[in-house]
Amino acid sequence: MHSPSPSRTSGATGQPAPAPIVQARSLSLVYPTADNRPVTALSEVDLTIARGDFVSLIGPSGCGKTTLLRVIADLEQPTGGSITVEGLTPEQARLKRLYGYVFQAPALYPWRTVERNVMLPLEIMGIPRAERQARAREELQRVGLSGFERKFPWQLSGGMQQRASIARALALKPDLLLMDEPFGALDEITRDHLNLHLTQLWRSTGKTCVFVTHSIAEAVFLSTRIVVMSPRPGRILDVIDCDLPRERTLDIRESPEFAAIAHRVRDGLKEGHSYDD
Amino acid sequence: MTTEAGTTEAGTTKPGRWASGRLADAVPVLVTTLVVLVLWYAGAAWLNLPQAEEALARSGKPFGGLDLLLQTYSMKRPILPTPDQVVVELWGSLTGYPLTSPRNLLFHAAVTAQAALTGLAMGVALGTLLAVGIVYTRTLDASLLPWVIASQTVPILAIAPMIVVILGNLGFTGLLPKAVICMYLCFFPITVGMVKGLRSADPLWLDLMRTYSAGGLRAFWSLRLPASLPFLFASLKVSVAISVTGAIVGELPTGGQAGLGARLLSGSYYGQTVQIWAALVMAALLSVLLIAVLRVVERLVLGRGGVQ
Repeated sequence: MHSPSPSRTSGATGQPAPAPIVQARSLSLVYPTADNRPVTALSEVDLTIARGDFVSLIGPSGCGKTTLLRVIADLEQPTGGSITVEGLTPEQARLKRLYGYVFQAPALYPWRTVERNVMLPLEIMGIPRAERQARAREELQRVGLSGFERKFPWQLSGGMQQRASIARALALKPDLLLMDEPFGALDEITRDHLNLHLTQLWRSTGKTCVFVTHSIAEAVFLSTRIVVMSPRPGRILDVIDCDLPRERTLDIRESPEFAAIAHRVRDGLKEGHSYDD
Repeated sequence: MTTEAGTTEAGTTKPGRWASGRLADAVPVLVTTLVVLVLWYAGAAWLNLPQAEEALARSGKPFGGLDLLLQTYSMKRPILPTPDQVVVELWGSLTGYPLTSPRNLLFHAAVTAQAALTGLAMGVALGTLLAVGIVYTRTLDASLLPWVIASQTVPILAIAPMIVVILGNLGFTGLLPKAVICMYLCFFPITVGMVKGLRSADPLWLDLMRTYSAGGLRAFWSLRLPASLPFLFASLKVSVAISVTGAIVGELPTGGQAGLGARLLSGSYYGQTVQIWAALVMAALLSVLLIAVLRVVERLVLGRGGVQ
């Protein structure tokens, strides 16, 4: 069932980074079901994410990319293998609030203004009010939402709401940013714009990003490494280094290098599909 | 000409829309009111006809159809008083006597309102407490709701005298028994609404709290409770109205010296139908007022965040 693929080994060894921010070894997650046919959401996943990387998890729906992200965030518990986040268990990392999480939907609380939404995690951390507000304003400015502090979420467009939710994740000042298809529900123009914004943000802050997507163009444009996943069981097929220059503009998508990497990703995804049929 | 009018309208879009919007809102209300009034007068003429005929016959003078119609609208103890008779009675009661007089309906309305609001507050406290128990404890979730529903199948008219008797035996009279009856009616919509409200938080909102490693109490205050407020206000609107009913029902078995219920009771003792109707209208006005106040509070509490 598991034909040994050379690319998997490359994923396991990865780059020789001294202290990986996320390290998973033969990680698996099996959901029990009522009809006694357990669903394997993750199977034997080996993955090392180095500090400062932008790693995209790409694959068709049901390949476990979101599950993997949720395991890193301690929102799901693996049933086998091991995983560390900043050298700790995911639970310890979560309790120490070492990551920021951006969901598929903005998930802003509708009864709070944009600013008070960004202040929410700081409130929970017990940070004094004045500092809370200063930090919220700083993060809102970083995502280009200055002047919208007092607006309510429904008064913002979908793209702006998602930017507010990124500001909220950044407010915790985490080294690790976990993003689950944050732009999946947006139109392509807004999406391009936010991708450009995100890559600049990543470069200027030096954070490590783990980004779930099912768009090849998005993955190639943003990432330093692309993890290609496949469903039934959810597993890693290939880890592709995306060695485009770190400073990227939308024009880069027209370059032959970009096309070559996109082609590799597409090939990897095709390989995954052949397992199904 | 048309263009000119168009420009003028465009220039003053806001106030223009406002005014026409108000008018458009008012027309259906006015039409409904008119229909109700016409039906009311027709009903009064029909129901009071035998009484009026008898009265005119007794006077011995010959009378025509118009005399008869006017007589049906001016009976002293009509089967159904006309709206103008009720308004005159209500107005006379409000302006003819000081606020402290038991002949002033505002005095009675205040007594009833006090019981209704106290009962409502108790009902909100009890209802919310039950809802929190149901949402957070699996055992209560399975065991409590059938009892809560069963409690509402008992007619309030049957249980109200029991409450008055039991509490009176324990030394509680006056406001408290009435408030307890209101609470008994009020807590049910609150419990149902709050159970739904406390569970209305989006799964992602809950996940978000988890990523902040927020405790259960924090998730309650910052997420579940604010998410439940729109549900609470929907329940409150139902509860306010039934609380007023509860207070009036509570005033009946106490023999009632004061309150709209007492006023209804004394009206029916003496066949003072106009007085009964005036008290009924006062009770309706009280409910309308309380709901209007509630709307203002709702807008203040939920703010613009509640507007979707």
